[in-house]
Amino acid sequence: MEYHEKTPILDARKYKVGDVIYVTGEVVLARDEAHKKLLEEGAPIDLKGSVIYHCGPVVTKKNGEWKVVAAGPTTSIRMEIFEDQFIEKFHPAIIVGKGGMGEKTLKALKEHGAIYAAYTGGCGALAAERIKSVKEVHFLDELGIPEAVWVFNVEEFGPLVVTMDSHGNSYYDEVDSKAKKNLDTLLKNIK
Amino acid sequence: MIDEIVDAIRRAETQLSEDTVNALKKAYERETNEMARTQLKAIIDNFTVAKNESLPMCQDTGLQTFFIDMGYDFPYRAELKNAITEAVRRATKEVPLRPNAVHPFLHKNSGDNTGRFVPYIHWELREGDDVVIHVIPKGGGSENMSGLYMLPPGVGIKGIKKTVVEHIFRSGGKPCPPTIIGVGIGGGADLALTLAKKAAILRPVPSRHEEEFVAQLEEELYEMANKLGIGPMGLGGDTTVLDVHVEYAHRHPATLPLGIVTQCWANRKRKVHIDANGRVEVI
Repeated sequence: MEYHEKTPILDARKYKVGDVIYVTGEVVLARDEAHKKLLEEGAPIDLKGSVIYHCGPVVTKKNGEWKVVAAGPTTSIRMEIFEDQFIEKFHPAIIVGKGGMGEKTLKALKEHGAIYAAYTGGCGALAAERIKSVKEVHFLDELGIPEAVWVFNVEEFGPLVVTMDSHGNSYYDEVDSKAKKNLDTLLKNIK
Repeated sequence: MIDEIVDAIRRAETQLSEDTVNALKKAYERETNEMARTQLKAIIDNFTVAKNESLPMCQDTGLQTFFIDMGYDFPYRAELKNAITEAVRRATKEVPLRPNAVHPFLHKNSGDNTGRFVPYIHWELREGDDVVIHVIPKGGGSENMSGLYMLPPGVGIKGIKKTVVEHIFRSGGKPCPPTIIGVGIGGGADLALTLAKKAAILRPVPSRHEEEFVAQLEEELYEMANKLGIGPMGLGGDTTVLDVHVEYAHRHPATLPLGIVTQCWANRKRKVHIDANGRVEVI
Protein backbone atom coordinates (compact mmCIF):
# COMPACT_ATOMS: atom_id res chain seq x y z
CA MET A 1 0.00 0.00 0.00
CA GLU A 2 1.08 3.56 -0.61
CA TYR A 3 -0.04 6.29 1.81
CA HIS A 4 0.11 10.07 1.56
CA GLU A 5 -0.36 11.36 5.09
CA LYS A 6 -0.64 14.60 7.02
CA THR A 7 0.84 15.01 10.49
CA PRO A 8 -0.05 14.39 13.28
CA ILE A 9 -0.73 10.71 12.55
CA LEU A 10 -2.99 9.05 15.09
CA ASP A 11 -3.67 5.63 13.56
CA ALA A 12 -0.24 4.13 12.81
CA ARG A 13 -1.48 0.60 13.47
CA LYS A 14 -2.92 0.46 9.95
CA TYR A 15 0.55 0.44 8.39
CA LYS A 16 2.12 -2.92 7.58
CA VAL A 17 5.66 -3.93 6.75
CA GLY A 18 6.26 -3.16 3.06
CA ASP A 19 3.92 -0.14 2.90
CA VAL A 20 5.33 3.11 1.53
CA ILE A 21 4.42 6.44 3.16
CA TYR A 22 4.87 10.06 2.04
CA VAL A 23 4.40 12.61 4.81
CA THR A 24 3.23 16.23 4.57
CA GLY A 25 3.30 18.48 7.62
CA GLU A 26 5.98 18.44 10.30
CA VAL A 27 8.99 16.24 10.88
CA VAL A 28 10.94 16.48 14.15
CA LEU A 29 14.65 15.68 14.07
CA ALA A 30 16.18 13.83 16.99
CA ARG A 31 19.36 11.78 17.12
CA ASP A 32 21.67 10.67 19.93
CA GLU A 33 21.98 13.78 22.14
CA ALA A 34 18.43 14.97 21.44
CA HIS A 35 16.94 11.66 22.65
CA LYS A 36 18.91 11.97 25.85
CA LYS A 37 17.98 15.61 26.33
CA LEU A 38 14.24 15.16 25.70
CA LEU A 39 14.05 12.14 27.98
CA GLU A 40 15.80 14.06 30.76
CA GLU A 41 14.08 17.41 30.41
CA GLY A 42 10.82 16.72 28.58
CA ALA A 43 9.84 17.90 25.10
CA PRO A 44 9.32 21.58 24.28
CA ILE A 45 6.65 20.58 21.73
CA ASP A 46 3.82 18.03 21.61
CA LEU A 47 5.18 14.84 20.03
CA LYS A 48 1.96 12.77 20.05
CA GLY A 49 1.46 11.38 16.53
CA SER A 50 4.68 13.00 15.36
CA VAL A 51 7.23 11.83 12.83
CA ILE A 52 10.65 11.53 14.50
CA TYR A 53 13.58 11.57 12.10
CA HIS A 54 17.06 10.26 12.98
CA CYS A 55 19.08 12.82 11.07
CA GLY A 56 21.99 15.22 11.49
CA PRO A 57 21.37 17.77 8.74
CA VAL A 58 23.58 20.23 6.90
CA VAL A 59 21.91 23.59 7.53
CA THR A 60 23.08 27.11 6.70
CA LYS A 61 21.72 30.55 7.54
CA LYS A 62 21.23 33.01 4.70
CA ASN A 63 19.85 36.51 5.32
CA GLY A 64 18.62 35.43 8.73
CA GLU A 65 16.73 32.44 7.34
CA TRP A 66 17.62 28.78 7.76
CA LYS A 67 18.23 26.76 4.62
CA VAL A 68 18.40 22.95 4.72
CA VAL A 69 21.17 21.79 2.39
CA ALA A 70 21.15 18.04 2.98
CA ALA A 71 19.20 15.89 5.41
CA GLY A 72 19.46 12.14 4.84
CA PRO A 73 18.97 9.60 7.65
CA THR A 74 21.59 8.48 10.14
CA THR A 75 22.03 4.94 11.50
CA SER A 76 19.11 4.26 13.85
CA ILE A 77 20.49 1.40 15.89
CA ARG A 78 22.50 3.88 18.00
CA MET A 79 19.19 5.15 19.40
CA GLU A 80 18.15 1.62 20.46
CA ILE A 81 19.37 2.35 24.01
CA PHE A 82 16.57 4.85 24.57
CA GLU A 83 13.98 4.58 21.79
CA ASP A 84 11.60 2.39 23.81
CA GLN A 85 11.51 4.96 26.64
CA PHE A 86 11.11 7.72 24.07
CA ILE A 87 8.10 6.01 22.46
CA GLU A 88 6.53 5.32 25.85
CA LYS A 89 6.98 8.89 27.03
CA PHE A 90 6.14 10.90 23.89
CA HIS A 91 3.93 8.60 21.71
CA PRO A 92 5.31 9.44 18.25
CA ALA A 93 3.64 7.66 15.31
CA ILE A 94 6.59 7.06 12.99
CA ILE A 95 10.29 6.73 13.73
CA VAL A 96 12.30 7.35 10.55
CA GLY A 97 15.93 6.40 10.06
CA LYS A 98 18.15 3.92 8.32
CA GLY A 99 19.22 0.37 9.03
CA GLY A 100 16.39 -0.59 11.39
CA MET A 101 16.24 -1.05 15.15
CA GLY A 102 16.27 -3.86 17.70
CA GLU A 103 14.02 -6.00 19.86
CA LYS A 104 13.37 -3.36 22.53
CA THR A 105 12.09 -0.84 19.99
CA LEU A 106 10.01 -3.48 18.18
CA LYS A 107 8.30 -4.29 21.47
CA ALA A 108 7.62 -0.62 22.24
CA LEU A 109 6.20 -0.09 18.72
CA LYS A 110 3.79 -2.95 19.36
CA GLU A 111 2.76 -1.71 22.79
CA HIS A 112 2.19 1.89 21.76
CA GLY A 113 0.96 1.53 18.18
CA ALA A 114 3.90 3.15 16.40
CA ILE A 115 6.05 2.09 13.44
CA TYR A 116 9.62 2.36 12.17
CA ALA A 117 10.16 3.39 8.54
CA ALA A 118 13.37 3.46 6.53
CA TYR A 119 14.41 6.44 4.47
CA THR A 120 16.97 5.63 1.78
CA GLY A 121 20.48 6.08 3.17
CA GLY A 122 22.52 8.92 1.73
CA CYS A 123 19.56 10.61 0.06
CA GLY A 124 20.34 13.98 1.63
CA ALA A 125 19.54 16.12 -1.40
CA LEU A 126 16.18 14.44 -2.09
CA ALA A 127 15.19 14.96 1.55
CA ALA A 128 16.26 18.62 1.44
CA GLU A 129 14.12 19.16 -1.65
CA ARG A 130 11.02 17.97 0.23
CA ILE A 131 11.79 20.11 3.28
CA LYS A 132 10.03 23.36 2.55
CA SER A 133 11.10 25.41 5.57
CA VAL A 134 12.42 25.30 9.12
CA LYS A 135 9.53 25.82 11.55
CA GLU A 136 11.65 25.99 14.69
CA VAL A 137 14.76 24.66 16.36
CA HIS A 138 15.37 23.73 20.02
CA PHE A 139 18.60 23.25 21.99
CA LEU A 140 20.65 24.63 19.09
CA ASP A 141 23.22 26.39 21.29
CA GLU A 142 23.73 23.43 23.55
CA LEU A 143 23.73 20.62 21.01
CA GLY A 144 24.94 22.22 17.76
CA ILE A 145 23.48 21.89 14.26
CA PRO A 146 23.69 18.12 13.71
CA GLU A 147 22.29 17.21 17.17
CA ALA A 148 19.68 19.96 17.72
CA VAL A 149 15.91 19.31 17.69
CA TRP A 150 14.82 20.76 14.35
CA VAL A 151 11.19 20.97 13.29
CA PHE A 152 10.91 20.98 9.51
CA ASN A 153 7.83 21.72 7.39
CA VAL A 154 7.78 19.01 4.73
CA GLU A 155 5.82 18.12 1.63
CA GLU A 156 5.56 14.55 0.34
CA PHE A 157 8.55 13.57 2.47
CA GLY A 158 9.55 10.05 1.42
CA PRO A 159 9.56 7.34 0.26
CA LEU A 160 9.39 6.02 3.83
CA VAL A 161 9.32 2.24 3.69
CA VAL A 162 7.66 0.57 6.67
CA THR A 163 10.19 -2.01 7.89
CA MET A 164 8.96 -2.52 11.49
CA ASP A 165 5.24 -2.32 12.21
CA SER A 166 3.11 -2.24 15.34
CA HIS A 167 2.17 -5.92 15.00
CA GLY A 168 5.59 -7.29 15.89
CA ASN A 169 6.86 -7.69 12.33
CA SER A 170 10.39 -6.69 11.41
CA TYR A 171 11.34 -6.82 7.78
CA TYR A 172 15.02 -6.87 8.80
CA ASP A 173 14.62 -10.25 10.52
CA GLU A 174 13.15 -11.62 7.30
CA VAL A 175 15.97 -10.29 5.09
CA ASP A 176 18.61 -11.40 7.61
CA SER A 177 17.40 -14.96 7.85
CA LYS A 178 17.16 -15.27 4.05
CA ALA A 179 20.67 -13.79 3.64
CA LYS A 180 22.03 -16.19 6.28
CA LYS A 181 20.61 -19.13 4.33
CA ASN A 182 22.11 -17.77 1.10
CA LEU A 183 25.47 -17.33 2.84
CA ASP A 184 25.50 -20.92 4.07
CA THR A 185 24.77 -22.21 0.55
CA LEU A 186 27.48 -19.99 -0.95
CA LEU A 187 30.09 -21.05 1.60
CA LYS A 188 29.36 -24.73 0.98
CA ASN A 189 30.03 -24.30 -2.73
CA ILE A 190 33.20 -22.17 -2.59
CA LYS A 191 36.00 -23.69 -4.63
CA MET B 1 45.24 25.69 -8.28
CA ILE B 2 43.15 26.26 -5.10
CA ASP B 3 40.10 27.33 -7.15
CA GLU B 4 40.24 24.15 -9.20
CA ILE B 5 40.59 21.92 -6.14
CA VAL B 6 37.54 23.63 -4.56
CA ASP B 7 35.71 23.07 -7.85
CA ALA B 8 36.72 19.39 -7.88
CA ILE B 9 35.46 18.95 -4.30
CA ARG B 10 32.17 20.66 -5.24
CA ARG B 11 31.71 18.47 -8.30
CA ALA B 12 32.63 15.31 -6.38
CA GLU B 13 30.09 16.14 -3.65
CA THR B 14 27.22 17.30 -5.87
CA GLN B 15 27.57 15.29 -9.10
CA LEU B 16 27.82 11.55 -8.73
CA SER B 17 30.57 10.06 -10.91
CA GLU B 18 29.24 9.05 -14.31
CA ASP B 19 30.32 5.40 -14.11
CA THR B 20 28.41 5.02 -10.84
CA VAL B 21 25.35 6.81 -12.26
CA ASN B 22 25.25 4.33 -15.14
CA ALA B 23 25.82 1.34 -12.86
CA LEU B 24 22.93 2.40 -10.59
CA LYS B 25 20.60 2.99 -13.52
CA LYS B 26 21.43 -0.45 -14.92
CA ALA B 27 20.86 -1.99 -11.51
CA TYR B 28 17.43 -0.32 -11.35
CA GLU B 29 16.50 -1.77 -14.76
CA ARG B 30 17.62 -5.26 -13.73
CA GLU B 31 16.31 -5.31 -10.17
CA THR B 32 13.28 -7.57 -9.64
CA ASN B 33 12.59 -6.95 -5.94
CA GLU B 34 9.96 -4.21 -5.39
CA MET B 35 11.42 -2.97 -2.11
CA ALA B 36 14.84 -2.74 -3.75
CA ARG B 37 13.37 -0.81 -6.66
CA THR B 38 11.95 1.88 -4.34
CA GLN B 39 15.41 2.30 -2.81
CA LEU B 40 17.24 2.48 -6.15
CA LYS B 41 14.64 4.91 -7.46
CA ALA B 42 15.14 7.16 -4.41
CA ILE B 43 18.92 7.05 -4.95
CA ILE B 44 18.53 7.99 -8.63
CA ASP B 45 16.07 10.82 -7.77
CA ASN B 46 18.49 11.96 -5.10
CA PHE B 47 21.58 12.27 -7.26
CA THR B 48 19.49 13.98 -9.94
CA VAL B 49 18.25 16.60 -7.45
CA ALA B 50 21.79 17.01 -6.08
CA LYS B 51 23.17 17.71 -9.53
CA ASN B 52 20.35 20.04 -10.61
CA GLU B 53 20.38 22.07 -7.41
CA SER B 54 24.12 21.83 -6.79
CA LEU B 55 23.55 20.26 -3.36
CA PRO B 56 25.75 17.66 -1.66
CA MET B 57 24.26 14.25 -2.55
CA CYS B 58 24.59 13.07 1.06
CA GLN B 59 24.60 15.01 4.32
CA ASP B 60 27.71 13.06 5.30
CA THR B 61 30.07 14.93 3.00
CA GLY B 62 32.86 12.63 4.10
CA LEU B 63 36.39 12.81 5.39
CA GLN B 64 38.26 14.93 2.86
CA THR B 65 40.72 12.50 1.29
CA PHE B 66 43.25 13.01 -1.51
CA PHE B 67 45.34 10.41 -3.34
CA ILE B 68 48.18 12.06 -5.19
CA ASP B 69 49.88 10.50 -8.16
CA MET B 70 52.87 12.76 -8.78
CA GLY B 71 55.76 12.89 -11.25
CA TYR B 72 59.23 13.25 -9.64
CA ASP B 73 59.76 16.45 -11.59
CA PHE B 74 56.44 18.19 -10.96
CA PRO B 75 57.64 21.76 -10.30
CA TYR B 76 54.90 22.88 -7.88
CA ARG B 77 55.14 19.96 -5.45
CA ALA B 78 56.02 22.23 -2.51
CA GLU B 79 52.69 24.07 -2.84
CA LEU B 80 50.34 21.10 -3.04
CA LYS B 81 49.75 20.36 0.64
CA ASN B 82 48.88 23.93 1.57
CA ALA B 83 46.74 24.37 -1.53
CA ILE B 84 44.70 21.27 -0.65
CA THR B 85 44.23 22.32 2.97
CA GLU B 86 43.14 25.80 1.95
CA ALA B 87 40.79 24.37 -0.70
CA VAL B 88 39.16 22.17 1.95
CA ARG B 89 38.58 25.17 4.23
CA ARG B 90 37.01 27.11 1.38
CA ALA B 91 34.91 24.21 0.12
CA THR B 92 33.54 23.69 3.65
CA LYS B 93 32.04 27.18 3.49
CA GLU B 94 31.23 27.38 -0.20
CA VAL B 95 29.74 23.98 -1.15
CA PRO B 96 28.93 23.79 1.86
CA LEU B 97 30.31 20.67 3.56
CA ARG B 98 29.46 19.27 6.97
CA PRO B 99 32.38 19.84 9.36
CA ASN B 100 33.62 16.27 9.80
CA ALA B 101 36.95 16.62 11.62
CA VAL B 102 36.58 15.80 15.31
CA HIS B 103 39.36 15.54 17.92
CA PRO B 104 39.18 11.92 19.08
CA PHE B 105 39.81 12.65 22.77
CA LEU B 106 38.47 16.17 23.27
CA HIS B 107 35.42 15.61 20.97
CA LYS B 108 35.87 19.11 19.58
CA ASN B 109 34.95 19.63 15.93
CA SER B 110 37.49 21.85 14.17
CA GLY B 111 34.64 23.32 12.11
CA ASP B 112 36.48 23.47 8.79
CA ASN B 113 37.33 19.84 7.97
CA THR B 114 41.00 20.32 8.78
CA GLY B 115 43.01 19.09 11.76
CA ARG B 116 45.81 16.72 12.70
CA PHE B 117 46.60 14.62 9.58
CA VAL B 118 43.40 15.79 7.85
CA PRO B 119 42.64 16.43 5.09
CA TYR B 120 44.23 13.03 4.60
CA ILE B 121 46.75 13.11 1.76
CA HIS B 122 48.29 9.93 0.37
CA TRP B 123 51.36 10.49 -1.85
CA GLU B 124 52.72 8.27 -4.60
CA LEU B 125 55.60 9.09 -6.93
CA ARG B 126 56.31 8.03 -10.51
CA GLU B 127 58.21 9.17 -13.62
CA GLY B 128 57.03 12.47 -15.11
CA ASP B 129 56.56 16.17 -14.48
CA ASP B 130 52.77 16.41 -13.90
CA VAL B 131 50.41 15.49 -11.09
CA VAL B 132 46.96 13.90 -10.76
CA ILE B 133 45.13 14.69 -7.52
CA HIS B 134 42.33 12.22 -6.84
CA VAL B 135 39.67 14.03 -4.80
CA ILE B 136 37.80 11.30 -2.91
CA PRO B 137 35.70 12.46 0.07
CA LYS B 138 34.83 9.27 1.98
CA GLY B 139 31.63 8.74 4.00
CA GLY B 140 31.83 7.48 7.57
CA GLY B 141 29.06 4.88 7.40
CA SER B 142 30.74 2.84 4.69
CA GLU B 143 34.23 3.39 6.13
CA ASN B 144 32.95 1.78 9.35
CA MET B 145 32.37 -1.37 7.33
CA SER B 146 36.05 -1.74 6.44
CA GLY B 147 38.06 -4.61 7.82
CA LEU B 148 41.51 -6.08 8.12
CA TYR B 149 41.99 -9.83 8.38
CA MET B 150 45.45 -11.27 9.03
CA LEU B 151 44.69 -14.73 7.68
CA PRO B 152 46.89 -17.79 8.13
CA PRO B 153 48.42 -18.23 4.63
CA GLY B 154 47.27 -21.86 4.62
CA VAL B 155 43.63 -20.89 4.08
CA GLY B 156 44.57 -19.96 0.50
CA ILE B 157 42.28 -18.47 -2.09
CA LYS B 158 39.29 -20.35 -0.70
CA GLY B 159 39.81 -18.70 2.69
CA ILE B 160 40.03 -15.28 1.03
CA LYS B 161 36.73 -15.78 -0.79
CA LYS B 162 35.02 -17.02 2.36
CA THR B 163 36.25 -14.05 4.40
CA VAL B 164 35.14 -11.49 1.81
CA VAL B 165 31.65 -12.95 1.42
CA GLU B 166 31.18 -13.25 5.19
CA HIS B 167 32.35 -9.67 5.58
CA ILE B 168 29.76 -8.41 3.08
CA PHE B 169 27.09 -10.49 4.83
CA ARG B 170 27.94 -9.05 8.25
CA SER B 171 27.99 -5.49 6.85
CA GLY B 172 24.36 -5.98 5.77
CA GLY B 173 22.55 -2.69 5.12
CA LYS B 174 24.92 -0.62 7.26
CA PRO B 175 27.30 0.73 4.57
CA CYS B 176 24.37 2.00 2.41
CA PRO B 177 24.43 -0.64 -0.35
CA PRO B 178 24.67 -1.07 -3.25
CA THR B 179 28.35 -0.75 -2.46
CA ILE B 180 31.64 -1.09 -4.28
CA ILE B 181 33.96 -3.47 -2.47
CA GLY B 182 37.73 -3.00 -2.61
CA VAL B 183 39.86 -5.99 -1.64
CA GLY B 184 43.61 -5.70 -1.01
CA ILE B 185 45.63 -8.87 -0.59
CA GLY B 186 49.26 -9.20 0.54
CA GLY B 187 51.89 -6.63 1.50
CA GLY B 188 51.49 -5.69 5.16
CA ALA B 189 48.45 -4.65 7.16
CA ASP B 190 48.63 -1.02 6.01
CA LEU B 191 49.38 -1.81 2.36
CA ALA B 192 46.50 -4.31 2.12
CA LEU B 193 44.07 -1.59 3.24
CA THR B 194 45.61 1.08 0.99
CA LEU B 195 45.35 -1.25 -2.01
CA ALA B 196 41.76 -2.01 -1.05
CA LYS B 197 40.85 1.68 -0.85
CA LYS B 198 42.48 2.46 -4.18
CA ALA B 199 40.76 -0.53 -5.81
CA ALA B 200 37.35 0.46 -4.42
CA ILE B 201 37.38 4.13 -5.33
CA LEU B 202 39.93 4.90 -8.05
CA ARG B 203 38.89 2.18 -10.46
CA PRO B 204 35.87 2.67 -12.77
CA VAL B 205 32.61 0.81 -12.13
CA PRO B 206 32.44 -1.74 -13.60
CA SER B 207 35.99 -2.74 -14.43
CA ARG B 208 38.16 -5.84 -14.27
CA HIS B 209 41.78 -6.28 -13.21
CA GLU B 210 44.28 -6.61 -16.09
CA GLU B 211 45.42 -10.04 -14.87
CA GLU B 212 43.04 -12.83 -15.85
CA PHE B 213 43.27 -14.69 -12.55
CA VAL B 214 42.44 -11.60 -10.50
CA ALA B 215 39.66 -10.60 -12.91
CA GLN B 216 38.08 -14.04 -12.43
CA LEU B 217 38.30 -13.70 -8.66
CA GLU B 218 36.56 -10.30 -8.91
CA GLU B 219 33.80 -11.76 -11.04
CA GLU B 220 33.26 -14.64 -8.66
CA LEU B 221 33.16 -12.38 -5.57
CA TYR B 222 30.76 -10.01 -7.35
CA GLU B 223 28.36 -12.82 -8.17
CA MET B 224 28.50 -14.34 -4.71
CA ALA B 225 27.91 -10.95 -3.04
CA ASN B 226 24.79 -10.35 -5.11
CA LYS B 227 23.46 -13.83 -4.33
CA LEU B 228 23.35 -12.93 -0.63
CA GLY B 229 20.08 -11.05 -1.17
CA ILE B 230 20.95 -8.17 1.18
CA GLY B 231 19.95 -5.65 -1.47
CA PRO B 232 19.89 -1.84 -1.55
CA MET B 233 19.94 -0.48 2.03
CA GLY B 234 19.74 -4.04 3.33
CA LEU B 235 16.05 -4.28 2.43
CA GLY B 236 16.49 -7.32 0.20
CA GLY B 237 17.05 -7.66 -3.54
CA ASP B 238 19.50 -8.59 -6.27
CA THR B 239 21.78 -5.55 -5.98
CA THR B 240 24.05 -5.71 -2.95
CA VAL B 241 27.25 -4.61 -4.70
CA LEU B 242 27.82 -2.64 -7.90
CA ASP B 243 31.27 -4.15 -8.28
CA VAL B 244 34.17 -5.87 -6.52
CA HIS B 245 37.74 -4.76 -7.24
CA VAL B 246 40.79 -6.73 -6.14
CA GLU B 247 44.42 -5.64 -5.99
CA TYR B 248 47.39 -7.54 -4.60
CA ALA B 249 51.00 -7.24 -3.48
CA HIS B 250 53.56 -9.94 -2.78
CA ARG B 251 53.34 -11.08 0.82
CA HIS B 252 55.65 -12.19 3.62
CA PRO B 253 55.78 -16.03 3.81
CA ALA B 254 54.20 -15.95 7.28
CA THR B 255 51.36 -13.52 6.51
CA LEU B 256 48.29 -13.21 4.34
CA PRO B 257 46.84 -9.75 4.98
CA LEU B 258 43.36 -9.18 3.56
CA GLY B 259 42.06 -5.61 3.62
CA ILE B 260 38.47 -4.79 2.72
CA VAL B 261 37.25 -1.24 2.08
CA THR B 262 33.59 -0.57 1.44
CA GLN B 263 32.44 2.38 -0.66
CA CYS B 264 28.77 3.36 -0.44
CA TRP B 265 26.69 4.12 -3.55
CA ALA B 266 27.73 7.80 -3.14
CA ASN B 267 31.01 7.07 -4.91
CA ARG B 268 32.37 10.61 -4.88
CA LYS B 269 35.49 11.21 -6.95
CA ARG B 270 37.05 13.79 -9.25
CA LYS B 271 40.56 14.33 -10.57
CA VAL B 272 42.62 17.49 -10.81
CA HIS B 273 45.42 17.31 -13.39
CA ILE B 274 48.20 19.89 -13.27
CA ASP B 275 50.97 19.89 -15.89
CA ALA B 276 54.54 21.19 -15.61
CA ASN B 277 53.45 24.59 -16.96
CA GLY B 278 50.87 24.99 -14.22
CA ARG B 279 47.85 24.35 -16.48
CA VAL B 280 45.07 22.95 -14.28
CA GLU B 281 42.15 20.82 -15.40
CA VAL B 282 39.32 19.25 -13.40
CA ILE B 283 38.28 15.85 -14.75
